[in-house]
Amino acid sequence: MTGARSQTIFYTIAALIALIGLADATYLTVTHLTGEDAVCGSGDCSAVLGSVYATVAGIPTAAFGALAYFAVFSSALLAAFGYTRARIFLTLVVAVMFGVTVWLLYVQAFILHAFCPFCLLSAALTFFLAGIIVATPSTTPQVAAATEGGSSH
Amino acid sequence: MKRYLPFVIIAAVAVLTVGAGAILYRAKQRAIAGGGVTRPSTNEVGAEPLHVRGQPGAPVTLEEFGDFQCPSCATAAEVIGKLEQDYSPRLRVVWRNFPLAMHAHALEAALAAEAAGLQGHFWEMHDLLYKDQAVWSRALDPATAGQFFAAYARSLRLDVERFARDSTSDEVKARVISDGEHGVSRGVKNTPTLFINDREVRSPFSPERLHEAIDTALAETTPKASGADRGSPPAKIQPGEGRK
Repeated sequence: MTGARSQTIFYTIAALIALIGLADATYLTVTHLTGEDAVCGSGDCSAVLGSVYATVAGIPTAAFGALAYFAVFSSALLAAFGYTRARIFLTLVVAVMFGVTVWLLYVQAFILHAFCPFCLLSAALTFFLAGIIVATPSTTPQVAAATEGGSSH
Repeated sequence: MKRYLPFVIIAAVAVLTVGAGAILYRAKQRAIAGGGVTRPSTNEVGAEPLHVRGQPGAPVTLEEFGDFQCPSCATAAEVIGKLEQDYSPRLRVVWRNFPLAMHAHALEAALAAEAAGLQGHFWEMHDLLYKDQAVWSRALDPATAGQFFAAYARSLRLDVERFARDSTSDEVKARVISDGEHGVSRGVKNTPTLFINDREVRSPFSPERLHEAIDTALAETTPKASGADRGSPPAKIQPGEGRK
């Protein structure tokens, strides 16, 4: 398997994972907007989703997550199609998501003392994405140039 | 075509996500947050608690900051009710309002409970609101939720007209806001938040955990009696006992 082909597979997997995260974050956003919080069937969900950390400047935190996952999906898809510049953007977005995820896990564990399963799923997906980005084989500039699908972009 | 394919896919996913979100939102048919409940934001400390159940001289005080529409608060209410029976007369319970912005009818419920309190039936309304939480919290709008609360007031034989008047009065609003401000000043961030003798208890609020916390508090206040506390038979709380 060539490096370029491996990359395509890795980025495709990343795009698919981002889709799951997008669905998760969209669901949490809608749930927040509708005032529903019994999404987990347990008490911990409302402790997390009803906390002050569930919004940032009045916007549901999950909405930022949805945007981030959409950005990851888009850039991973473009990267899979050979757009090298999308890879840089993808790496940056996943790095930011990784940091935010660690912070939110800290909030759940040490401030709220409660965990929300949907948030944990999102955290797992982000860690998985970070792992994929790290594991994706790099290509030489020549190969990258050769596989650049849309250099005009 | 391949050149445009990823952009077509991205656009399709964007449209699908927005569409699915809108469909889900409509399916839930809930009012969008923003019209109604506002979390108090000042740091002013509130007044003395208005709602206390139990003996005034009880060695242990369990203080709850709660939201009537919060499912975990309803679960905690059941646990606390049993604790009151188990530890009476050594435990008193203090209730404070902390309606969260994310719950569409939490503020109206808090106002209803306070309005009932003005007629001396806060705790009865408190218990009813939690018992029927799954029913009234599904009301599509505040007016429908208000009809539920009026029906509860009627079932408690309250003066319903006064109840309706009080529910929107400045006095009742001030009570709820005061509790919220007090909660914020004590670092309350979510509901339920429980304090036992001013020490915050961390979730989950299982019966075992709360028993342990209360036993510890009892041991601290009456060190020699701590062993007997665990072995003493549960005392029955009389209806209306210690209610304020």
